[in-house]
Amino acid sequence: MIPAPFAYERPTTVDEALQAIAAGGEDVKILAGGQSLIPVMRLRLAAPETVVDLTRVTELRGVREEGDVLVIGAMTTHHDVITDPLIAQHAPLIAEATETVADRQVRHRGTFGGALAHADPAGDLPAVALALDAEFVLAGPNGRRTVGASDFFVDYLTTALEEGELLVEIRVPKLTGSWGVRYEKFNRVAQAWSIVAVAAAVRRENGHIAEARIGLTNMGPTPLRARATEAALAGAAVTAEAIADAARSAAEGTSPSSDLNAQADYREHLAQVLTRRAVSAAAGL
Amino acid sequence: MTVTEDAAAVAPAKEVGQPRRRKEDARLITGRTTWTDNMVLPGMLHLAVVRSPVAHARITAVDVSAAQQAPNVVAVFTGRDLAEEQGSIPCAWPVTPDMVNPGHPSIAVDQVNHVGEAVAIVVGRSKAAATDAVELVDVDYDLLPPVLDLEEAVADGSGLVHDQLASNTSYHFVFDAGDAGTGADTEQAFADAEVVVSRRFVQQRLIPAFMEPRSVVVQPQGENYTMWSATQVPHVLRVMAAMVTGIPEHKLRVIAPDVGGGFGGKLQVNPEEILCLLLARRLGKPVKWTETRSESLMAAHHGRGQVQFIDIASDRQGNVKGLRVRLLADMGAYLRLITPGVPALGAFMFPGIYKFPAYRFECDGVFTNKVPTDAYRGAGRPEATFAVERIMDELAVELGMDPLELRRKNWIQADEFPFTTVAGLEYDSGDYEQATREALELLGYDELRAEQKRRRESGDPVQLGIGFSTFTEMCGLAPSRVLGSLSYGAGGWESASIRMLPTGKVEVVTGSTPHGQGHETAWSQLVADQLGVPFEDVEVLHGDTAISPRGMDTYGSRSLVVGGTAVVKAAEKVVAKARKVAAHLLEASEDDLEFADGKFAVRGTPGATVGIQEIALAVFAAHNYPEDIEPSIDAEATFDPVNFSFPHGTHLCAMEVDTDTGMVKIRKYACVDDVGTIVNPLIVEGQIHGGLAQGIAQALYEEAVYDADGNLTTGSFVDYLVPTAADLPHFDTATTVHAAPGNPIGAKGVGEAGCIASTPAVVNAALDAVRHLGVSDILMPLTPERVWRAIRTGGDGGARATAGTNAYGGAQTESTAGVATPASELGGDR
Amino acid sequence: MTSINVRVDGASYSDDVEPRTLLVHYLRETLGKVGTVVGCDTSNCGACTVHLDGEAVKSCTVFAVQADGSEITTIEGIAGGDGALHPVQKAFHEMHGLQCGYCTPGMIMASIDLLKENPSPSETEIREGIEGNLCRCTGYQNIVRAVQQAAGEMSGATGGQA
Repeated sequence: MIPAPFAYERPTTVDEALQAIAAGGEDVKILAGGQSLIPVMRLRLAAPETVVDLTRVTELRGVREEGDVLVIGAMTTHHDVITDPLIAQHAPLIAEATETVADRQVRHRGTFGGALAHADPAGDLPAVALALDAEFVLAGPNGRRTVGASDFFVDYLTTALEEGELLVEIRVPKLTGSWGVRYEKFNRVAQAWSIVAVAAAVRRENGHIAEARIGLTNMGPTPLRARATEAALAGAAVTAEAIADAARSAAEGTSPSSDLNAQADYREHLAQVLTRRAVSAAAGL
Repeated sequence: MTVTEDAAAVAPAKEVGQPRRRKEDARLITGRTTWTDNMVLPGMLHLAVVRSPVAHARITAVDVSAAQQAPNVVAVFTGRDLAEEQGSIPCAWPVTPDMVNPGHPSIAVDQVNHVGEAVAIVVGRSKAAATDAVELVDVDYDLLPPVLDLEEAVADGSGLVHDQLASNTSYHFVFDAGDAGTGADTEQAFADAEVVVSRRFVQQRLIPAFMEPRSVVVQPQGENYTMWSATQVPHVLRVMAAMVTGIPEHKLRVIAPDVGGGFGGKLQVNPEEILCLLLARRLGKPVKWTETRSESLMAAHHGRGQVQFIDIASDRQGNVKGLRVRLLADMGAYLRLITPGVPALGAFMFPGIYKFPAYRFECDGVFTNKVPTDAYRGAGRPEATFAVERIMDELAVELGMDPLELRRKNWIQADEFPFTTVAGLEYDSGDYEQATREALELLGYDELRAEQKRRRESGDPVQLGIGFSTFTEMCGLAPSRVLGSLSYGAGGWESASIRMLPTGKVEVVTGSTPHGQGHETAWSQLVADQLGVPFEDVEVLHGDTAISPRGMDTYGSRSLVVGGTAVVKAAEKVVAKARKVAAHLLEASEDDLEFADGKFAVRGTPGATVGIQEIALAVFAAHNYPEDIEPSIDAEATFDPVNFSFPHGTHLCAMEVDTDTGMVKIRKYACVDDVGTIVNPLIVEGQIHGGLAQGIAQALYEEAVYDADGNLTTGSFVDYLVPTAADLPHFDTATTVHAAPGNPIGAKGVGEAGCIASTPAVVNAALDAVRHLGVSDILMPLTPERVWRAIRTGGDGGARATAGTNAYGGAQTESTAGVATPASELGGDR
Repeated sequence: MTSINVRVDGASYSDDVEPRTLLVHYLRETLGKVGTVVGCDTSNCGACTVHLDGEAVKSCTVFAVQADGSEITTIEGIAGGDGALHPVQKAFHEMHGLQCGYCTPGMIMASIDLLKENPSPSETEIREGIEGNLCRCTGYQNIVRAVQQAAGEMSGATGGQA
């Protein structure tokens, strides 16, 4: 299908982009990679008045280090995330999860920031950002502000981004120490969204699990942390039994939906199984 | 054709049997194609169809005024505007004399009966203009309760799809072997049986999902019309469209250019094809309609859709005694071209390869508020094969027998061919034992069975199972007299003609219209052998009723068996005609001529030869030819088969089931098919692969799901899961060859084999992996959730939630899947 | 309308397009590059795959205006100047990697992109590398063989029979 008509703006800087958003009228959509927005527009689920295309805002692309933090430009494509040496070194969980997003063509266009700002609960990256305690830098007419991941994802397809604001970069604390990571994705066909997925990062110390961070994909309207499991794993022995015990509480506090691929109770079960697998792998079992 | 031993010794390899690379590829791999949607004509207008967002409703008002005033909109038509001239989409197969056909308008007038039914058409100067105005058409609907479930539809007190009819049942079709004289009394067989196993199987609705969306262009030229359409059946379409619209047949030319797959899905006279003709006639301008994928999924016909009640009777030793089949077959809202015939065709295949002494088949064709069903790869035969191959496994379990031993005990032996089955079909040739033996080897059966045992003993969370499907199918559709006896509205012959050009090149005209199979290549191989001309010198013409005036097109694995035979027969006539000219030119008696490698030679006179290509030039010049003949060696032939052909094979699937998650994964797939003589092994293998992919997809991935309001929630490729390369295994394939005695090529047909055979093998394999956990059936597709539930509860996995995924924020709206009510909200279950 | 300048298959074009025009529609309808086709509306099927500045993209999920200033290669532009087929085109023909041919342009363009990044992929890597392209005819096996054969030829090795 053909999208409905819209006005098109193509800024080259963040300031221009903010002006274009401000001037764009009632219904402005920000086009990052467009790999979700354009299909939605083709299906006429969205018919924005103005589309602000960030493709030429080069300052939003790329990955850099700032001390203990990795700064990922919102317009860095999935492909560039996967091949970035800094991410491979300091945030391999992001690369691992990004490799499972859609297909190579989509990964060439789709962007890290776009996927996070879209906040699709079945998308793979929000749970990873949540697990890594990422921070989101939002630019607006009145300057910039930083929001933690736990505050960024507000509801189904809804984030802390206010009208007129733009996600410009994502700050990811480097994992230091003896961390292992794993993204366990469960879907029925290769290019599909996650039915459920689990992002796990586990730090081992003296033969025990010192800290585990677990993000859940598609277990509710927003990505979630498996807090009960994380708590149970803190200080636990690195054994299959201890991890399995802890993983049983992975679905606590979740509210998954029911659809063609899974009803809620099955999603809850999958969260437990996948958490066990992800944590085991991340812990080196 | 006779070949001397000397000539044979030096003859080049025959073309038949060679893995010739396809002639078709040159344009397809370079993008120099002629898809219908590529067509651009001066002044061409674009159509966009306004479709019903509700499954069942009376139309109380249609307001097109806003759409008419939209920029670049030329006209807007409603069903009322076209009611007098649109006629009814034809149904060519009244399977019983009292079958009820409510008629099928191309565009709804007073009532809509499925989501996606056309209610108005916008004509725009551009596709964008027409599409934009679709949203401006305002239709008021008075909602009626939808009829969606087959079993509820035939229950007392059900609402009606068509309230002018007495019930939702279109027909009741019965085949009883006792009555037909082809078998014993079925009721008696069951009464006497030591063991009876009964099961209810469900054949979910599938969507053919050809890759090229349907597209139609119609150009009016005075009182003549040319239609380009992405169709499998230009010849059938021409006849039917002429009858529906009143455009005289000789004033209508139908062209199927490059067609991007069909699988039965383009074996149709589509409402949109009729609407394009009607509007081109009204407007006097060329019009084009190309569907979106969303339209295709909801408005092009679906396949399958059956509830099957299967009873099998046997003695304690596993000798089968009888088979009883009762079907509820989902027609959808209307009867399209062969909607009612699909399950009826299947009636004859339920006994499979087994020697049942008694058999009874009953089928109710049932209306529902869904898009009509019709042919989809296999059309009736996959449903039948699934049922018999599944019930054989269930019987084996009941008897405590090895499922393969049970099959062996009951299948037709190689020395029993030709064998007349309890359904009255005469199976032509084959060797089920040989195919099975080779397939077991190909799979590595013994090792996998050993591994299965190990996994079971260790309680491995990943269990392994092996599934069988020893199938046959009826192909080469079809003997015209048989079709007549089944009340089908046409014959099953095929036509071909051969034109010998002055330069010796050869044009072969076939009535069998390809849409991806490779006819141009295979027919060239046939003709090269028959005429002794180079493969490269043959051009195959097809798909245009002006170029190829007679034909029955491509479906039912018929092309090579019937259409190829017509080509061979035409070539034989060319040789016979050329022989007379050769005798004249060589001043010899026809009886003294031998024809080999394209040359006529006088027996016993070395050097006295003339080539058939030279003869083509000689008759073109026509300076010197026998007085009693026409100066032409062109010929045509029509072949009407006497019997069907019966490919068979053994398909084996080894399946891993993750009992923690329910995820199934094919570990290995091996099959040995006997499709008769193989003209091109490359093409045969490709057809098997493609069929396997679709059959496996039925078992594991695909289902057209409607919610409680009759919305198609699998309304895009996000939710209708066509598997990718990463979702399918490598296939280990092989063939045995038992030539078909019913045609000179010896071919049996291969287009549907993989699709028919694979589905039960896959399901049987999954069940074999988890049967020890108390699972005896899982509904298709075997979603991980269903497998998990079946393992947990011992049931069949149960109904799926019918909400679409929330991909793209829930890719279902009025435009893709209709209007939601509280009954169909996210998570709504039915 | 927005003005765009693009190079497509080696030729330069300047056109005014509506912002909503999808790249694939621009290629097909404005430039007549009908070798690139549309198979779905949700970016699943990959039939429309082209190379945009050297990377495979789905041209139904890119607006033509976004391609302004870019170099685009379609299935019609990958054969050599002398008309010699690209090794991947040749391999699809040799290995019977197509039937109806509708997915083929996208499949070939995705395969070229895969081989550029991974010149000798394993079978699994090939299958995952073309996961963004649906084929309904072949069951993919001969497509996988074709990509293997092309990989062999492009790396200078003898194209092996898979």
